[in-house]
Amino acid sequence: MTNQTATPPTTTTHAAPPRSNPLQGLDWRRYVIYIGFVVVFLIFAVTLGGQGFLTGGNLLNIVRQTATVTVIAVGMTFVIAAAQIDLSVGATAGLASVVTAMTIANYGVILGIVAGLLTGLVVGSINGGLVAFLKIPSFLVTLGMLGIAAGVAQWITASAPQPILSDAYNKVFGSGDLGPIPGLVVWMVISVVVGAVVLAKTRFGRQVLATGGNPDAARFTGVNTRSITFRVLLISALLASLAGMLYAGQLQSGRYQWGTGDELSAIAAVILGGTSLFGGSGTVVGTVFGALLIGLINNGLILAGLDTSQQQVVRGAIIILAVALARRK
Amino acid sequence: MPSEPMPSDPTPTEPMPSAPTGLAVEMRGIYKSFDTTSVLRDVGFEVAKGEVHALAGGNGAGKSTLMKILQGVYTADQGEILIDGQPVTHSSIFEAKAAGIGMVFQEFSLIPTLTVAQNIYLGHEPLRGGRFINDREARRLAGEVFKIMEVDIDPGAVLGDLSTAYWQLTEIAKALAQNAQVLIMDEPTASLAKHETESLFQLVERLKAQGISIVYISHRMDEVYRIADRITILRDGRRLFTKRLTEVTPAQIVEGIVGKAVEGGLEYKKRARADSPTALLEVRNLQSGTRVNDVSFTLHEGEILGLAGLMGSGRTELARVLFGIDPLDSGEVLVRGTKVDLSSPRDASEHGIVLVPEDRRRQGLVLDHSVRDNLLLPVLGKLKRGPFVSDRAGRSLADQLIERFQVKVANPGRPVRLLSGGNQQKVVIAKWLGTDPDVLIMDEPTAGVDIGTKSEILETIRRLADTGKGVIVISSELPELLAVSDRVLVLRGGAIDSQLERTDIPNEESLQLAVQGV
Repeated sequence: MTNQTATPPTTTTHAAPPRSNPLQGLDWRRYVIYIGFVVVFLIFAVTLGGQGFLTGGNLLNIVRQTATVTVIAVGMTFVIAAAQIDLSVGATAGLASVVTAMTIANYGVILGIVAGLLTGLVVGSINGGLVAFLKIPSFLVTLGMLGIAAGVAQWITASAPQPILSDAYNKVFGSGDLGPIPGLVVWMVISVVVGAVVLAKTRFGRQVLATGGNPDAARFTGVNTRSITFRVLLISALLASLAGMLYAGQLQSGRYQWGTGDELSAIAAVILGGTSLFGGSGTVVGTVFGALLIGLINNGLILAGLDTSQQQVVRGAIIILAVALARRK
Repeated sequence: MPSEPMPSDPTPTEPMPSAPTGLAVEMRGIYKSFDTTSVLRDVGFEVAKGEVHALAGGNGAGKSTLMKILQGVYTADQGEILIDGQPVTHSSIFEAKAAGIGMVFQEFSLIPTLTVAQNIYLGHEPLRGGRFINDREARRLAGEVFKIMEVDIDPGAVLGDLSTAYWQLTEIAKALAQNAQVLIMDEPTASLAKHETESLFQLVERLKAQGISIVYISHRMDEVYRIADRITILRDGRRLFTKRLTEVTPAQIVEGIVGKAVEGGLEYKKRARADSPTALLEVRNLQSGTRVNDVSFTLHEGEILGLAGLMGSGRTELARVLFGIDPLDSGEVLVRGTKVDLSSPRDASEHGIVLVPEDRRRQGLVLDHSVRDNLLLPVLGKLKRGPFVSDRAGRSLADQLIERFQVKVANPGRPVRLLSGGNQQKVVIAKWLGTDPDVLIMDEPTAGVDIGTKSEILETIRRLADTGKGVIVISSELPELLAVSDRVLVLRGGAIDSQLERTDIPNEESLQLAVQGV
């Protein structure tokens, strides 16, 4: 409620001027992911410095291990900001990895890359079409698509790994380096930068946020909310298929298991990064830090000597804590 | 009340004596601030038993905060509350309810998928064997409540199938079923048609006769005079006065709310109009569903066209078709002489037709987004520098719109939900003006805004028409239509019943008769 009234200005200064303290209006909850990232980093740096946490190799490793999930999470940021969800990204990545590998084996690298991206295009168009035009909830559509994509990937490969023998492909998509920087990290940076600019600085990005914030008002303001919904699901599937191709290049084979469960990591990264689970607000940069925080925690817990079961418990608890802190009143 | 025998014990059938016998609510020296903003300062408020007490004040005067304190939503920083003479320190809605405070929300607190009875007893359902919900008993009890209210509603009907007027009655029954002795009604007639309003007033009279007190929040002067006994006016977080309505003139009330005498924004002003103006919008034989039947009319440059009609007469539906929300089955629409295709709001706004929708919170604004983002949403295409939206151009355009429409906002970067209703409405109007439309359709443009802002909005409508735009104003408030319209179309059953030049309408009564179809 504003307290602005039409009273004439008074000369007395008994009331504090509205914006005297610049920190007062600062909503620290929006920055909780960055604060959390720094705090966790410092804790690990102090306690695990001796176990090699701070070495350049280890830090680069953390980034490398989160790169693929980050690529998926960039797409997921658009989906969640538009108040939708995409559960099929992990399975789409797996499907894209085997389609790429099989096409490369039969028709060469170029067509392999095209086939991998085409996988994302097809999956994304089906998801987007069903959600945007037939108004089926995205939770159900993409849950179904998760099963379909995973099943097709397993079916066409008869559950066998599909080796990729093209060195060129493997180098470009994940195994190679660009100078000192791992190629995977380069892919991650590209998708993050493009994603961040598109969401924050373009008309499309604003319309995604408006659609997620209030679809009725957005439609009544001339936003084509159906097209927006369609496009966010398409973007998500395309980035998932890129992630699948990166898995394939990094591990020099396509396998239906690649990407399994990545949807949950990606959703966790997006929510940790401050995107509202109900849509309407979100940033790609926040998502990156969400993904890195998860990677950081994984790495630190391994160095601390926790076994896999303990890691899962601690990781789960930290995620709940962070989201609870970032929650709006 | 078994504990205390009543002092005098006349025949039990005698209704409450007409003179108040005590205070149902007494609030003393209430202070409340949020962060550093002081919202209420030393406010007192008393409601007698069986009294209808109007509460009025401009946006930000503190009336909703005061009522939220009474309901236990907020806790006062200082001050006392006595209910039925007993001091209470309610710090939650549950305690306030237990003390007999009931609220009829402006935006209903009802669940459309449940039945009327289930809604009324939600959270305190009658149980069978102390464990299982007894829906039959709930229906019976709800029936009893409706009997007391003397209204006819099937308690077993699913709420979503009923019209708004029934929602309102259900909301009231819900409060009464919880033994409310004090009912707070916030703009209860905002979504009611004239005859529904009348039956609400009769209900209020009956409740009053049963000793129930009512706090009546409304911006509508005629209603306040019609049913309230006393009025309290708040301004800038203080109580300006409490008076019997027999002792105060409407002008004093309005001046009290606005803080200055209103400069006649609510009066009809003759505006200069061109002799042979260009036709901006021509509608020919429009047909859509069952609610728009063979509608034809023309809107000219610089003209304000009022649409009058009862609820369900097809006013809103006509607006929805023209804005591309609902499809048109047949007929055609021409903008500046060219036939246009209106299959989505996007098409409509590109052809220069825009809508200020009736429900600004749901359809007009992205509430959690900033004032600036809401203002810029329709014009993002204009702000593009290459593929990117220019922040600098956006800021300056938003600032211009804020200034032009006198939106009172300290920081355009803050969420629009923090603004008062009137200022939110200005944002909805302003955002469209960035697109420089030809035709503005405004559906209930002043619903729920205070009288000062209402006057400003009506003045804005006139200014827009003076700059050559065509404006269609839909309103249930006839004085408002009469204040701005150059011409009034009366709709009935989805068809145009009559077209009246403003100068041919002598007074509100004659328009009312036309609307009622007498």
